[in-house]
Amino acid sequence: MKKTLGTALLAGTMLGGTAWGQDVTLTIESWRNDDITIWQDTLIPAFEAANPGIKVVFSPSAPADYNAVLNSKLDAGSAGDLITCRPFDASLELYNKGQLADLTSLASMANFSDVAKSAWQTDDGAATFCVPMASVIHGFLYNADAFEELGLTPPATEEEFFAVLDKIKEDGTYVPMAMGTQDQWEAATMGYQNIGPNYWKGEEGRKALIDGTQKLTDEPWVAPFVQLAKWKDYLGDGFEAQTYPDSQNLFTLGRAAIYPTGSWEIGVFNPQVSFTMGAFPPPVPNAGDTCYISDHTDIALGMNAKTAHPEETKTFLEWVGSPEFATLYANALPGFFSLNSTAVEMEDPLAKEFVSWREKCEPTIRSTYQILSRGTPNLENETWNASANVIRGSETPEDAAKRLQEGLASWYEPQQAQ
Amino acid sequence: MAKGRPIRWHIAVFLAPAVLVYSAIMILPLFSTLNLSLFTRTEGGTAFVGLDNFRTLFGDPRWSAAFWNALGNNLWFFAVHMLVQNPIGILLAALLSSPRLRFSAFYRTAIFIPTILSFVVVGFIWKLILSPLWGIAPNMLDMVGLKSLFAPWLGKEEYALTTLALISVWQFVGIPMMLIYAALLSIPDDIIEAAEMDGITGWSQFWRIKLPLILPAIGIISILTFVGNFNAFDLIYVSQGALAGPNFATDILGTFLYRTFFGFQLQLGDPHMGAAIATAMFAIILVGVCIYLFLIQTRLRRYQF
Repeated sequence: MKKTLGTALLAGTMLGGTAWGQDVTLTIESWRNDDITIWQDTLIPAFEAANPGIKVVFSPSAPADYNAVLNSKLDAGSAGDLITCRPFDASLELYNKGQLADLTSLASMANFSDVAKSAWQTDDGAATFCVPMASVIHGFLYNADAFEELGLTPPATEEEFFAVLDKIKEDGTYVPMAMGTQDQWEAATMGYQNIGPNYWKGEEGRKALIDGTQKLTDEPWVAPFVQLAKWKDYLGDGFEAQTYPDSQNLFTLGRAAIYPTGSWEIGVFNPQVSFTMGAFPPPVPNAGDTCYISDHTDIALGMNAKTAHPEETKTFLEWVGSPEFATLYANALPGFFSLNSTAVEMEDPLAKEFVSWREKCEPTIRSTYQILSRGTPNLENETWNASANVIRGSETPEDAAKRLQEGLASWYEPQQAQ
Repeated sequence: MAKGRPIRWHIAVFLAPAVLVYSAIMILPLFSTLNLSLFTRTEGGTAFVGLDNFRTLFGDPRWSAAFWNALGNNLWFFAVHMLVQNPIGILLAALLSSPRLRFSAFYRTAIFIPTILSFVVVGFIWKLILSPLWGIAPNMLDMVGLKSLFAPWLGKEEYALTTLALISVWQFVGIPMMLIYAALLSIPDDIIEAAEMDGITGWSQFWRIKLPLILPAIGIISILTFVGNFNAFDLIYVSQGALAGPNFATDILGTFLYRTFFGFQLQLGDPHMGAAIATAMFAIILVGVCIYLFLIQTRLRRYQF
């Protein structure tokens, strides 16, 4: 009853009363409010043209509130038909509560590799509940004009990286690196998770941490903190109170030379910058080492188990899993790389640069996302705090690692054995 | 028919709306929160666990460290308000009530206006003012040659909480000012005149005549400050986020409650632990208010005019 009323009200507002009763309207819940024009102008019209009788409405909420808003809408039965899925446990929880439908039997699931699907599967891989859409790759953006002016080339090793930073600092025209610790997540996501895979050897270290054969106090997990601690000297004045948007602006205004980040910025930055941007992958510790990149499965689309239109919703999801959608999406949103097995032709040079690293480097996902953030204290959230502390210098790399390990071992059994 | 006292229906009728509304939106939620804190989530449902959540909150080293940190920060937040906001409020009221002050209506309005601003606006504006990159604070200090005094206050563990407390003081100093101002205006002229006859004027008049007469108002302000500060959340959340950085230096009970109850980023919300924290907050505020009501309020002397 409540649900019918909710759907009716929702549909009523969306359609303004017209066409009700003929077309089926599907609503997409999402946190990507940046993408609203892309959905409205590119993706939805393409789908609607091919599938008359189904209308689609993209209805995003604010990113920070998405999980809370979605949970309460699902509990109240007023959520949309299509649910944008966060990776790993947030979505797994919804599936276990019976709020996301099992999509294993969807034909288009065959278009995705097991790694691509892993973020939206049960632990045993038996059921997949969201159609993978995109991943984001971490790396460093740089101001190519500034590099040319100072005669610098993108660094490949850690040593070269600091040599480049030293030169920029010496010259003094540019802030060597744009990053702040006010919002904490930059330090963890664009710092620790960005450079870390080179030290813990990507999947090898990540899996070893999950099965308990490595600890966060082991050298490969402390090394990224040791490097982060050195970043302090190259950040702008007052970086302690610098927020994420501050860092973005510092870089796009051309005041900073290097910006540790991820590919999702490409689409945002392209129209803003007046200089040439370049990108380089996280520098390896020693020349000739295999490089590892964080190619993080980030976004997928699932079906509300209580939708009134399961057939139409599945039709839409089949389309989302198709190569056609992959091409449209990857080109409309440079920096969000399709997880579809079919190779997608992209036009943006910077996006091409990022995706080319997949060929020479070993990809992995963020170490804290799968399983390890299930308990309290939450490893991901603790990593934010620890990374920010290490960059600010208020906690040593060893102390931070020790604290994270103690927190993880307090609830995660495989880490308690030793 | 025997002439008993007629049942006075009108009392019940007149009380009913207030009682019903108050029960529905205040009393019921309060008890359901208390109730929520006695359960925990299990596989596919909830289970009654008695006071286990409180045992975790105060017994588990991580939970208790976070709780005491938040409580300590909250006490400091309150102390700054009591030591800065209220004395300044009283001082401003005393100045405003001086008959020789010109434009007093203007000052009164100007000082009171921040109170009606949204926390979001206040948090955002101050974050911009204090921003080391684009803020006007570093430039203004530079103009008077004091640039060296500038620090990214909101990002430093040792300053962040005090800075936020002072921002809150800036916003709310109008409230004690208005209440004291009203109390000062209600002092009858004949008392003041009598004091003047006895040769008590100026500051001495304020300390000896007016201050004792406005003590009840100061008491009310203290308790309002106490309740407001221990329920505070918005300003910290807006300017420092739910993780109340740097390194939880600005974490107060409200942000701690929010993080636990609703979850944050990969941390899923735990309504039961959250309710336990909310109950602890309720108890702290209740104790504080009781101390005030039974120990202080009863000793305040009231003067009838």
